[in-house]
Amino acid sequence: MLVSGIKSRPVYGTLAPNEQARLNIVFADGEGALAVLAMKPAAPTAFWARTHVIYVAGGSAPQGHFAKLQALGTHSCHEAPTIASALPRLKALLGAARMGTQLYLAGTEPLMGEGMRVAGEYGIRHQSIRTEHRGSLARRVQCVHCKGITESVTTNIVPCAHCGLHLLVRDHYSRRVGAFQGVNIDAEAPGQLPKVEEVFK
Amino acid sequence: MTIAFRDETFRDDYTFRNSPHAIRRFPFPFHEDRYMYAVNIEPHALPGPKGSVVEFAFDVDEHYVSEMRDRELVLRQDPLRCQALPHMMAAQWDLLELIMTSFARDYPEHFSLERDGERWHWVNRPLGIDQRFVFGDALTLPYEPMEYVTRQAQGDWVIVDQRDGNLWMDAGMVTTQADWSLDFDIGMNFFEWHGPVPLAHELGVFERALKYLMQVRVGSPVRRLNWTMTINPLLDTAPERYPVWGPDRTTVTPDNVGHKAHLRVELQSFWRLPRSNALLFPIRCYLIKLEELVTVPKWARRLPRVLKSLPQELVDYKGLTRYRDTAVAWLSRYDDGAPTSPGGGPD
Amino acid sequence: MAVRPQSIKVRVAEVVPVTPLVKRFRFVPLAGGLLPAFSGGAHTVVEMHDGAVVRRNPYSLMGSPDELDSYQISVRKVEDSRGGSVFMHERVKAGDEMAVSPPVNLFAIAWDARKHLLLAGGIGITPFVSQMIQLDRSEMPFELHYCIRNDDRGPYWRDLQQRYGRRVQVHRAESGLGMDVEALLVMQPLGTHLFVCGPGPMIEGVYATARGLGWPEENLHSERFQAPATGAAFDVVLRRSSKRVHVGTHESLLEAIEAADVEAPYLCRGGACGQCETGVLACDGRLIHNDHYLSAEERAAGRKIMPCVSRFEGRELVLDL
Repeated sequence: MLVSGIKSRPVYGTLAPNEQARLNIVFADGEGALAVLAMKPAAPTAFWARTHVIYVAGGSAPQGHFAKLQALGTHSCHEAPTIASALPRLKALLGAARMGTQLYLAGTEPLMGEGMRVAGEYGIRHQSIRTEHRGSLARRVQCVHCKGITESVTTNIVPCAHCGLHLLVRDHYSRRVGAFQGVNIDAEAPGQLPKVEEVFK
Repeated sequence: MTIAFRDETFRDDYTFRNSPHAIRRFPFPFHEDRYMYAVNIEPHALPGPKGSVVEFAFDVDEHYVSEMRDRELVLRQDPLRCQALPHMMAAQWDLLELIMTSFARDYPEHFSLERDGERWHWVNRPLGIDQRFVFGDALTLPYEPMEYVTRQAQGDWVIVDQRDGNLWMDAGMVTTQADWSLDFDIGMNFFEWHGPVPLAHELGVFERALKYLMQVRVGSPVRRLNWTMTINPLLDTAPERYPVWGPDRTTVTPDNVGHKAHLRVELQSFWRLPRSNALLFPIRCYLIKLEELVTVPKWARRLPRVLKSLPQELVDYKGLTRYRDTAVAWLSRYDDGAPTSPGGGPD
Repeated sequence: MAVRPQSIKVRVAEVVPVTPLVKRFRFVPLAGGLLPAFSGGAHTVVEMHDGAVVRRNPYSLMGSPDELDSYQISVRKVEDSRGGSVFMHERVKAGDEMAVSPPVNLFAIAWDARKHLLLAGGIGITPFVSQMIQLDRSEMPFELHYCIRNDDRGPYWRDLQQRYGRRVQVHRAESGLGMDVEALLVMQPLGTHLFVCGPGPMIEGVYATARGLGWPEENLHSERFQAPATGAAFDVVLRRSSKRVHVGTHESLLEAIEAADVEAPYLCRGGACGQCETGVLACDGRLIHNDHYLSAEERAAGRKIMPCVSRFEGRELVLDL
């Protein structure tokens, strides 16, 4: 029943340093730190010297990734408690930036979704952002009916955290909303739900 | 010719009907007794056959006044059905100009437009509108230009921006849609917003269609037909309201299918907007009850044959799963097995 | 599937010398009334009947998109070319009847850009004339940097400076004060889109500088009006139409196909847009790819050709047309 293979599903890449860029802004969460650290062999010291890092540790705090990011010798390295609290700093950096700035997003889909949405407000087209997915596949899901967002969804079917309807989580993804689409699954036969499975871990 | 506008509803008591004239001109989309995807695009050469839905740039028919009243009800309930990203203002004016000049030229008894430089005077008699405004100054209209003019034009209107070798759905008025959400899809590119469509990606249909659409020129619009089915004459089958209308699919019985089930045909056309270089994508929805449709013998023979031949993926995608067989059984009583002539029009 | 558009019959209303090498032509519709509206950066394809040869050259529409009683183009005379510009300069006179295509835009304004940075070289100024009218009217920030050889050789720079003031900066090569592209690019705010139109080496130089400074491809736009290269004559077989067509030295493959009444799609006629991409069914010889569209892999594979600018040398070429 899960509709798969939908083409709006975002495709993420592997982070690589843009050595031409005159300024780099890295926005990462959780295990995304490992994607940033993995650029080390390819990135000279000078690259890190013109790089700002904003990091949200989340559930990865015990791993101590932030200390390793700090050791990269970046221009600035900031830890924020949540994605939402990191956004004002990201916006301040983008607001002052000139052309020749490269944005990197690494970690969970919600982080990358938020990062792309904000970048768009500053005139960065999404194709020019470098991304790498790490960590949880949990999804932000927007209920198409009430428009509420349900965070950290790991199952194919989930009750909307706002209106309570049972939603089928589709692969249809909106960059603007930064979320997958959830559509009521049992409207035609109330209470008849397919098997709920954990599919986005 | 003066159109006699019907007073009818597309909700609650569903008084929508087609007159015999409207049935004869219904854009029946099947050219043969089976169906499969194709890039079935053809020039929207104007004027088309007299009296047909493609005679003029944009068709205005007997349902006009009632459809516009239904749109007003939808927007009151959910203003997110009409949205435009900020960079689409030039395209909005292009759209307003195209609709107003077309309506005034093609239906002079119902619409008129006087232009004195940037000072325009628009009269819409069926809706009782008389508006003077300054072209290019959105504050001289009660709504932004796209919303203003598409509250007066049947069908959905999507404007796509062309950049980076792709088309981006960046504005639209969408209240008569076949189960897709403008609010969710706005900002997506051609492949993304067609993401949920089964089979066609693998056939390369969208790559070919995109390349074709990007070369559509000013003054040379093209068109195609698409179709699905809807239970009850409900124009607004938005996913937002699916919990409300979805259960209707379970109410179909052999006794009521002829009255309840409708063939829903979209006349889609594609226009280059001259000053913004955006593409306009009007999607005009036509509904016909199966009991109206079988009054044309050729269609009565063909539709059950097409529905029988439909691949299961498409049956599911179009939401016909619960009632296709009921519809085929009812329709087949009107199919005497005689061969049908090629093409979609009545014999 | 793509249909060649109906051309529009026009009369040459005016031919104005602008510089020693540039003339401006104004066309009015023979049928009267208004011409189709267009967007900033659009071009029209002008049909030239030069003896037995029909040439179709694209030229930017440089009037105002709001004044549609006529179209205006500017043509720079190129002596050693295959003759389109020479034909326009020497043969076309006020009062002549000609045909032009409806407008096409392959160099459109980026409506989502936060700023437009426009770089023009010489006659490459033409698409920016209409773009700036639209940008100005839409109150979108822009800046034009216009490179000319000297004051006498640069068309329109005085008018543009008068109209747009400090938003137009002129760089004169002969004065030794050329444009410092790098200094210009590093100052641009995020969300700036760069548009460049001029000679090939200028475009390539600007792109190389921009890429070297970390500009993303999405923000780079260019238009080059490349006349199809001349070359040795050759024959081509069109399989689906069952025709053998001769391509003369001063004729493009696309023009020869059109002369044989075979429908071939096109838009830019300059090897950039990809619309005329045609399958190569057999090739005993060498394809001379002059386009900017096919990838290196596609060229190596030898299965496609862009007939608007590319040619062939050898024994036999069979196309899927």
